[in-house]
Amino acid sequence: MKLYCLSSDASKPCFVLSFKELLIMLDCGLSAHSVLNFLPLPPVPSTRLASLPNYTPPHVNDPLLEGELKECCGRVFVDSIPEFCPPLDKVIDFSQLDVILISNYTCMMALPFITEETGFKGQVYATEPTLQIGRFYLEELSEWVSSCGSSGGAARRWKELVHLLPPPLALAARPRAWRRLFSPAALARALARVRVVGYDERVDIYGALDATAVSSGFCLGSANWVLRSAHEKVAYVSGSSTLTTHPRPINQAALRGADLLVLAALTQTPAHNPDHMLGDLCVHATVTLRAGGSVLCPVYPSGVLYDLLECLSAHLEGAGLAHVPLYVVSPVADSSLAYSNILAEWVSVGKQARVYLPEEPFPHAALVRAGRLRHARSLHDDAFSADFRQPCVVFCGHPSLRFGAAVHLVELWAGNPAHAIIFTEPDFPYAEALAPFQPLSMKAFHCPIDTSLNYSQANKLVRELRPRELALPEQYAAAGAGGGARPHISADVPTVVVRRGAARSLSVRRRAARATLCGSLAARATPRELRAGLRCAPLSCALRVRDARLELVAVGGPAPAPQPRLHWSALDVEALVRALAREGVAEARVEAGADGCIVHLPRHDTLVHVERHATHVFCEGRADVRQALRRAIAACLPHI
Amino acid sequence: MPEIKITPLGAGQDVGRSCILLSMGGKNIMLDCGMHMGYNDERRFPDFSYIVPEGPITSQIDCVIISHFHLDHCGALPYMSEMVGYTGPIYMTHPTKAIAPILLEDMRKVAVERKGESNFFTSQMIKDCIKKVTAVTLHQSVMVDNELEIKAYYAGHVLGAAMFWIRVGSQSVVYTGDYNMTPDRHLGAAWIDKCRPDLLISESTYATTIRDSKRCRERDFLKKVHECVEKGGKVLIPVFALGRAQELCILLETYWERMNLKYPVYFALGLTEKANNYYKMFITWTNQKIRKTFVQRNMFDFKHIKPFDKSYIDNPGAMVVFATPGMLHAGLSLNIFKKWAPYEQNMLIMPGFCVQGTVGHKILNGAKKVEFENRQVVEVKMAVEYMSFSAHADAKGIMQLIQYCEPKNVLLVHGEAQKMEFLKDKIEKEFKISCFMPANGETAIINTPTKIPIDVSLRLLKAEAVRYNAQPPDPKRRRVVHGVLCVKDNRLSFLDIDEICDEIGINRHVIRFTSTVRFDDPGSAAKTAEKLKTLLAEKLQGWSITISDGNISVESVLIKVEGDDDNTKSIYVSWTNQDEDLGSYILGLLQSMVQ
Repeated sequence: MKLYCLSSDASKPCFVLSFKELLIMLDCGLSAHSVLNFLPLPPVPSTRLASLPNYTPPHVNDPLLEGELKECCGRVFVDSIPEFCPPLDKVIDFSQLDVILISNYTCMMALPFITEETGFKGQVYATEPTLQIGRFYLEELSEWVSSCGSSGGAARRWKELVHLLPPPLALAARPRAWRRLFSPAALARALARVRVVGYDERVDIYGALDATAVSSGFCLGSANWVLRSAHEKVAYVSGSSTLTTHPRPINQAALRGADLLVLAALTQTPAHNPDHMLGDLCVHATVTLRAGGSVLCPVYPSGVLYDLLECLSAHLEGAGLAHVPLYVVSPVADSSLAYSNILAEWVSVGKQARVYLPEEPFPHAALVRAGRLRHARSLHDDAFSADFRQPCVVFCGHPSLRFGAAVHLVELWAGNPAHAIIFTEPDFPYAEALAPFQPLSMKAFHCPIDTSLNYSQANKLVRELRPRELALPEQYAAAGAGGGARPHISADVPTVVVRRGAARSLSVRRRAARATLCGSLAARATPRELRAGLRCAPLSCALRVRDARLELVAVGGPAPAPQPRLHWSALDVEALVRALAREGVAEARVEAGADGCIVHLPRHDTLVHVERHATHVFCEGRADVRQALRRAIAACLPHI
Repeated sequence: MPEIKITPLGAGQDVGRSCILLSMGGKNIMLDCGMHMGYNDERRFPDFSYIVPEGPITSQIDCVIISHFHLDHCGALPYMSEMVGYTGPIYMTHPTKAIAPILLEDMRKVAVERKGESNFFTSQMIKDCIKKVTAVTLHQSVMVDNELEIKAYYAGHVLGAAMFWIRVGSQSVVYTGDYNMTPDRHLGAAWIDKCRPDLLISESTYATTIRDSKRCRERDFLKKVHECVEKGGKVLIPVFALGRAQELCILLETYWERMNLKYPVYFALGLTEKANNYYKMFITWTNQKIRKTFVQRNMFDFKHIKPFDKSYIDNPGAMVVFATPGMLHAGLSLNIFKKWAPYEQNMLIMPGFCVQGTVGHKILNGAKKVEFENRQVVEVKMAVEYMSFSAHADAKGIMQLIQYCEPKNVLLVHGEAQKMEFLKDKIEKEFKISCFMPANGETAIINTPTKIPIDVSLRLLKAEAVRYNAQPPDPKRRRVVHGVLCVKDNRLSFLDIDEICDEIGINRHVIRFTSTVRFDDPGSAAKTAEKLKTLLAEKLQGWSITISDGNISVESVLIKVEGDDDNTKSIYVSWTNQDEDLGSYILGLLQSMVQ
């Protein structure tokens, strides 16, 4: 068994596990950190962005670089369509992948990079909410990047001069591997490949394994995967949460006692408690709204957004601000809000109880009906512009502030200190997200809400699950000497650390395969006790392999009677001579040899070499003599 | 031979009161726990004393599985769990768990409050019963205990209806409940994978009918409604809150939309509205089309169908009203009926079955006058139509399901004996599998092949695979494995001889035989070997014969030719004790060839 790591971002993991001649990809996360190095794509032309000065590195005169780089408040940005950092494609040939297992919708964004135009022929499995919400995320991303990005080609020259550029651009990891987003057609094709599974559904992987998605408690439809064969068990824990929020709680029992536990996608903000952050957010929002300012929350179109809407609306009502409108702006806002309310089977018990009444599991449907919550495809929707009132709270993407409606709103509100922007998504460092909008007068708050396991929760989980071996991305391992103390996973089980591009052998060794023995064959065997509690019988059978499942059945045709086949211990030569005499083979002469002795039967032209663990009969006589010898030798040796 | 035993307590050669006992591998499972709508005495409920004449029932039943919310499948559940005292696990899908208590309560009210029955379960009992239910999702594999596993498949029939696959050890059974193999207005078609169960227990309501397409019945229904309202008549459709009501609402809604009709359509407030909400919440259980379009337009948000108010009864002009209950035995539907019945232009459409003793039953049987308790007599002049919209698989659908899941045996329930007989013949002829149809209280016994799980050593398998793959591909070739069967702690394994020696700590003693045959054959030894190989290949077809460096090996028997050119050759044949049969055969073959 081997584990390959293809992603450098531990919260957007991508692993490949080779096991039982299968290549199994675990998640295909897309690292979007790279987009922070690009200039924002405003949905409407921005004169400020357009008039930023060009940047040329000192002592470089390269006409090809012309216009590729811009400077804003001392930071250099690439003026081009933003690019993303997909999983490494050099280590594994994607056409050889047998199956891709997706744990949750934040970890599937690179799917088209893996499955399209790579010769991929395998299966992709995800839960239904993962597929649907993942579709919302991907479609939103694709629409925003493509709608703004029709102008201008991709800037390429800067990648060759990256060593000459100022940080943080100079520190960008492997910019040459960055890729532009896939086309909507490729996206649709990739999503069409996904096969939907339910929690605890056993998915047969080519007869070799069972894969089961079990609830991970992180978001709607989020799953940990358990791979099981008759003798081995691998648990892949990615994006799990032990907190109580809206999704179904984590199913820990299913992960217990694995031979290998792969741990990925822990919290990105271990220093921030999500509950406190939610409280802070409500307070900041209230203060801003009271002062007549509006609040912008750059968010993804699903996930924590539902909790934000639920908490913030209740909090505002308590604060006497129930009249403040809440807006969700996204090309998929309507679908996301509607869809979340039909997922009764995927939500927490409390929310499920509401469905039995029957009421919607999430309160945002009621907020929409009451007119407090409105959603729009884009900022320029006529209906939306018509009833847009301030102060208000706007939830829109993208959290990187490089594309989407949020770019326009930050541009619009940046100069007014009454407004506030509150960052809740943990994927991007907020200061970097805001860098191209500096100087900024509006207030910026950082309230990251990441409900994934933090390090102490993860350590506790590993202790409870007791895997025989643990595999981690390097970010989660203890720092080497001189690395300083950072939070890490410390478990007293053998731990394998993997980093991008690396492959590690694991200690899981297969010894046996599971088969079924047909009843008649079992009935014919007569096992003898060879040791206390251990009985054995020789068995010859036909092996039938169907759908990679093994069956042992009786050998067709006239079945050969089971012969005693296993003889052991040393042969007592004197006993053999006596036994031969009983068989009527007399005149045996025994001569001592180098490492045993030789029994000579001159009348029958036969020699028997007797060694400690072997007897060799050179018989030139008649067949009945040989048979007599067989019987005699067998009688002198213990056998089954 | 391990066996599977099936005893229907209800639904054996009968429709109604589905309750089937299944025993296999030491587990007892109850499939559905329904009541009979046609009886008012103790025959209404299954005869639980069959399971155990006296004493607690829980120890005799490992779990109860409910396929869907119709009362003939779940109606006796509160009776069993709260009055008979069953405390074990109960499984059903989420929508069934949500909707069943409403129907149970509805039925309880009719039985207790209208008919004044005592010794019936109470509202609280229904609530307590439902609390004990474990809800399952489609395809989720649920381990009831260490050996018993169940899994739900989509069945179509009504919202939340499921078929269940049940496995104990190597034995498995599929129970269909009621299912529908053709998608309808709001539900999809039943689906199951090729799970090859030992037994398929299928409903057979429409065992002999190949039904005309549903479209025809729908068209008929719409035509009648349309004609009636066009003439200014009022149409009353008594329905139960859930199931058919939604299907008919969708049907009328789309027709009204398409034909741009303006006649008012109402449904009785309360239950039906609430019921529509259930359909909205569980939209993932409806068909593809509704699921795809629900964001833009939720199929269960009706534009043309408005809530009904009692004051509308006397409104002039045409209208269509859906009202509960469905059998006209009480409530709003009866009130409306009393007002509208005496007028010829009006119409009553009964979309479902009516139990004896109800007004609905009388009218369907052609009663022209109905007398009520207060001596009020109502003349029935309105047109009366019966239209069946129940969603069951027909004969074609049942055969299709058998083809899907490839069972080794089929057992029919939930149908009439005569029709079952016909279908049974058909199944046995077409699929060459046995088919059973036990009556209530009768036990069917099905034998299944023994299959014992065994761990096979990889070393053994790899060695075999190397041998097998070295030969030209031939799917018919036998793949024979020799090893030692080992029983330890009640677990079986199949090991290589060396492994077993290591395991026990013994030293193997190998016995080998070698004999020589002299052969006069001029030419090189290699040439002689080639000659021998050709000869052996002729005599030993199907065995693997290879030659390398002038040594021939037939499986594990070695043959070596020695001798100078133009001289007598010595052919050595050597084999180990376990290849005695082959070795002596080859030796004999060579000897006869030389002579």
